[in-house]
Amino acid sequence: MSDVYISHADLGGTTGHGPIEYEPEGIVFHHGWEAKTLALTLAAGASGKWNIDISRRFRETLADYLDLSYYEIWTAGLESLLVDRGMVSEDEIAAGHALIEPVEVRSVLTADRVAAAMAKGSSAERPPSGPARFAMGDRVLTRAGHVDHHTRLPGYATGRVGTVERIHGAHVFPDTNAHDLGEQPQWLYTVVFDATDLWDHATPSQRVSVDAWESYLRPADEAVTP
Amino acid sequence: MARGVLRWAVMGGHGHGHGHDHDHDDEYSELDPMDVRVRALETLLTEKGYVDPAALDELIDTYQTRIGPRNGARVVARAWVDPEFRDWLRSDATAAIASLDYTGRQGEHMVAVEQTDDTHNMVVCTLCSCYPWPVLGLPPTWYKSAPYRSRVVRDPRGVLAEFGVTPPDGVELRVWDSTAEIRYVVIPQRPEGTEGWSEEQLAELVTRDSMIGVGLPLDPMPLGSGGNPT
Repeated sequence: MSDVYISHADLGGTTGHGPIEYEPEGIVFHHGWEAKTLALTLAAGASGKWNIDISRRFRETLADYLDLSYYEIWTAGLESLLVDRGMVSEDEIAAGHALIEPVEVRSVLTADRVAAAMAKGSSAERPPSGPARFAMGDRVLTRAGHVDHHTRLPGYATGRVGTVERIHGAHVFPDTNAHDLGEQPQWLYTVVFDATDLWDHATPSQRVSVDAWESYLRPADEAVTP
Repeated sequence: MARGVLRWAVMGGHGHGHGHDHDHDDEYSELDPMDVRVRALETLLTEKGYVDPAALDELIDTYQTRIGPRNGARVVARAWVDPEFRDWLRSDATAAIASLDYTGRQGEHMVAVEQTDDTHNMVVCTLCSCYPWPVLGLPPTWYKSAPYRSRVVRDPRGVLAEFGVTPPDGVELRVWDSTAEIRYVVIPQRPEGTEGWSEEQLAELVTRDSMIGVGLPLDPMPLGSGGNPT
């Protein structure tokens, strides 16, 4: 985590992305390769070589993230993950064929297990190691500034005061889990902000919430900057 | 209920904008570099023994034809006719939705949020593409693209207007940014004029967009004309 970490995916509140290109219900894939990329990504996850937070890290740090289509991002993210985890080599990607022996993987998803695996999913909730620090209705201040690792606190919601609205139990902490540093579960809260506390010239009667892990938050009345 | 499934499945195969069917591998174009790249990756991972080609087909079929927004429509319709189910959705949406057999990946922790006369809810994932797969299927391209993700948290009313929805002044707009593994589904308000309708009929009115919060349920009057919400 010593290199400067830049996510290109933290888009909330940014401008200049053009109009929304609407598509009606029923369009799932535009090309066969998109479907295949989705399937390859889901299937390769059975290898146990990464978790969802690691895969998000590999996608959001792609330098050309904003120039790529959604499934181009997935394809590039999967390729770099596979190389990073030693499952394939750059030469193999270029060749499109196996050139060296495979590494051992946890499992291979077979067709007969697809339905059960998808229907089971993978819970992010873990037993809490202690009581929740915050209660419903508490006013909290979110972490300010940039952090040099994967995180799930959007930039627009940093250094803002909001209100705890829901408590979700202890969940796997992406900031560590994305960097192979363990799940280190923390209490997770829905924190809601008045739009006027997020944006200049915001319209009243608009509110935005994020789901925030406990270490993203401190009591709002503890207004002391370390 | 079968009617809704069928309609969605048919649209899944033919409703896209590129004019020909992409359901089968043999329709890969040699000219598209992404086709070549992904096919090479598939060959490589298969040769290495990391993936089973039959599982890939099964995964694609699952999300192309079996898991989609008709699932969520049945959840909403049940909530409209069954107050106990609605209460269950409020207190434990994951369990309530699981009782209809919609479970699993990207829906492990569900929260249902209800449209009311006072509040209009909208869902986004500004950081990636989080979306409740078991009830809505895979997200539409616009949901996971920069224009929607960037703007909906700053200007929800403007974004809604682009979708043709203009809540009256005084209605609070509430945006849920899915930044963790909690997945949100919006329960729209039951349209007036549907008294006595069956659950199956009601589900026909529930659109994907109304469960993201960027649309409303269909007008009950033209039901049966086969109209799509656009």
